[in-house]
Amino acid sequence: MIWLSWRQFRVQAVVAGAALVVVAIALLATGPHLASLFDSNGLPTCRTTCSADASNFINQLKGSATELIFYGSTFLLYAVPGLIGIFWGAPLVARELESGTFRLAWNQSVPRARWIAVKLGLVGLAAMATTGLLSLMTSWWASPIYHAAQKAGPNSLSIVDKIAPPLFGATGIAPVGYAAFAFALGVTAGVLIRRTIPAMAVTLVIFAAVQVVMPLLIQPHLIPPVQLTAPFNANTANEIMVDSRGSGPPTMTVVGNLSKPGAWTLSNQTITPSGKVFAGPAASACTSNSAPPQACNNWLNTLHLRQLISYQPASRYWPMQWLELAIYLVLAASLSLLCIWQVRRRRG
Amino acid sequence: MTAAIEARGLGKQYGRRWALTDCTLSIPAGHVVGLVGPNGAGKTTLINLATGMLTPTTGSIAVLGKKPASDPAQLASVGYVAQDTPTYSGMSVEDHLRFGAHMNPAWDSALAHKRVEQLGLDPKQKAGKLSGGQRAQLALTLAIAKRPQLLMLDEPIASLDPLARREFLQILMEATADQELSVVMSSHLVTDLERVADYLIVLVASRVQIAGEVNSLLATHHLLTGPRRDTASLPAGQQVITESHTDRQSSFVVRSNEPIHDPAISVAGLNLEDLVLAYMGSAKAGSVHPMLEGTR
Repeated sequence: MIWLSWRQFRVQAVVAGAALVVVAIALLATGPHLASLFDSNGLPTCRTTCSADASNFINQLKGSATELIFYGSTFLLYAVPGLIGIFWGAPLVARELESGTFRLAWNQSVPRARWIAVKLGLVGLAAMATTGLLSLMTSWWASPIYHAAQKAGPNSLSIVDKIAPPLFGATGIAPVGYAAFAFALGVTAGVLIRRTIPAMAVTLVIFAAVQVVMPLLIQPHLIPPVQLTAPFNANTANEIMVDSRGSGPPTMTVVGNLSKPGAWTLSNQTITPSGKVFAGPAASACTSNSAPPQACNNWLNTLHLRQLISYQPASRYWPMQWLELAIYLVLAASLSLLCIWQVRRRRG
Repeated sequence: MTAAIEARGLGKQYGRRWALTDCTLSIPAGHVVGLVGPNGAGKTTLINLATGMLTPTTGSIAVLGKKPASDPAQLASVGYVAQDTPTYSGMSVEDHLRFGAHMNPAWDSALAHKRVEQLGLDPKQKAGKLSGGQRAQLALTLAIAKRPQLLMLDEPIASLDPLARREFLQILMEATADQELSVVMSSHLVTDLERVADYLIVLVASRVQIAGEVNSLLATHHLLTGPRRDTASLPAGQQVITESHTDRQSSFVVRSNEPIHDPAISVAGLNLEDLVLAYMGSAKAGSVHPMLEGTR
């Protein structure tokens, strides 16, 4: 059974291996340059100038091939599990059902539950290994960028916060879970739909939907977010906006300077003492062109507004990664059981 | 001795259509069984039920004394060549033999290689590039080399040219003789089976019309021709399968265990094809109830 699984999988395995080698060469070729850039900006030894050094470093990357590889590898880590689901998962059983070879396979001396279980196990492990290796390689390559982001402190560029999407799902061990899930999803679609091409399409649609819904709706709340509140000070506010386009009195949006560098900020609200989100109405000090800006600030400061942020701290990166992996592995295992059960009862 | 196939009240329903109805059979081991019937009669359904590819809607079926596909030993004891003889088109002949070896504990590698050599198949050739006859032979080789006790073949030669048919049947017969195999083979053409089958099942319109050893079927069926007479006037021991009448003459195909002594009518034997056609015709006309009513 192991021989058969390998014999039917070897072309895909060779393609995946070749793709990994190409990626590895690209990363190995550019990795040392990235590391030397990190060193030449003085980041390894910085004490007081870390923030400036880090932004210099990041700025030097902008528009370079390195930036392209960084985004490319992030994209790849989202794409690879999907591709595995489509090209390894969906055809696994559907192709046999379509071509009639399942009649040959299921009438040897190996019960079909074992036939599907071994295939699911071996190809599933290969899917997880492929994605894991890719994640490992890119995180080795990109480590100077993440180090710089850590050292940059409050000025860090939020794009390199690994705790938040899109990087969260393209780093660490989460992609391994995605690969296992996408593969099991593909196999299940193939078993249920019985045709390869429609099963591939369904796999793509469902996997893409899950990858959008998870980070938007579920991931932020898996561990209850941390709440942080501080008095709002208009003089140090990040944003004060007056909107007088509506028919009623002009509304206002104000955002204080409270922030958590490196964290995944889920919400950032300015609330009134009664607990409502502040939205105006704006006083004349803020709408009149003749009044000095300070007058508006002074008026805002009399309102005793508070800023409330809710976030996932950077320190939760690994707990959330493990949780993510566990969720997707449970999904993959459930789908695998469904496949085995379906193949056992699938007739003719 | 355990029956090769034992079915009781076996039925299979697809949606509202019954593909097989109330099938009760006991096929003793050691026969080459021809399963004959028109297209859509339920032959494939019966074979799929016997290989565990389908589960019955009603009744039960035991193959070599066990539920089909119930465990590895049962799977190992049954060889199956499905309709259209599926093989992996991307795998070479050699790979198919490896496949058989890895998937079957009792695999007879020497036998498999000998057969491939006899057939003149190139071991490196991909199965997808083989002719229909070669593919059928490869599928048969896989089924035989697994050393089953019962071999089931679903219309294996329907798509083959006459020469390939003969070769296929010849190899099948050699294997049957060498390995003491029981064989169940379906076809919609009785001529395909005439030379090889010693047991016959006629399946028409989802029902088994008759089942038995070819010799005894031929000995108990007669064609009667004589002056026109009413069906009711025939002796009680003679079961009428078909009848046809002209103004002056009546002819009947009857089943009778007793010798027929009636000076007014001429009695002739039937060949297998006539016999099968009689049952097919009678099932169509609806004149005969299934399963040998009144003669058992």
